[in-house]
Amino acid sequence: MNAAPWIEFVLIFLGMGFALLGNIGVFVMPDPYTRLQASATCSTTSVISVILAAMAASGFSPTTGKLAIILLYFLVSSPVATTIIARYAWESGVVPWRKPRRPRGGDVSA
Amino acid sequence: MIPWDFVLWFFLGSLVLGLARLIIGPSTTDRLVGLNLVAGQVLTLLVLLAVKEDVALYLDVALVYDIFGFLGILAVVKYFTKRRAS
Repeated sequence: MNAAPWIEFVLIFLGMGFALLGNIGVFVMPDPYTRLQASATCSTTSVISVILAAMAASGFSPTTGKLAIILLYFLVSSPVATTIIARYAWESGVVPWRKPRRPRGGDVSA
Repeated sequence: MIPWDFVLWFFLGSLVLGLARLIIGPSTTDRLVGLNLVAGQVLTLLVLLAVKEDVALYLDVALVYDIFGFLGILAVVKYFTKRRAS
């Protein structure tokens, strides 16, 4: 019994789902901060899942070591890039989005 | 076993939405978000291609692409930040 193909399969489809969700979130969200949140979480989880699946697919070989180095570098660089973008947005004066309020009590003037 | 062609085309198709955000983004921050997302997806594509074709050289390309994507975002942010009056 070899469990590697099943791990591979599950991780690949997990990565595909997260990638699709992240891209849809980046496309439909109304504000740079919410877009950044969708992009950061979904991109990171999808890349981790796919690299783990590739490690499971390639077996124990030098390829696995290279994939581990790529995963390590991505785990460091992606949150740092997200933080830098968020700080740049805050310092350049992007206002966070708020849900537009409905007029209260049936006041429909204006 | 795993339909590699379908997986590759799926990632390429989902990348289009991030690329659209990169092109139509109203402000610089939106474009940076799109660039970050597209860089991650292209890294994924290169890793999948390396495993599918069994060419380990693509992994070096993926690592260097990741490093330069990070440095590119850093350079863009550094360029657009207003300089303080010293």
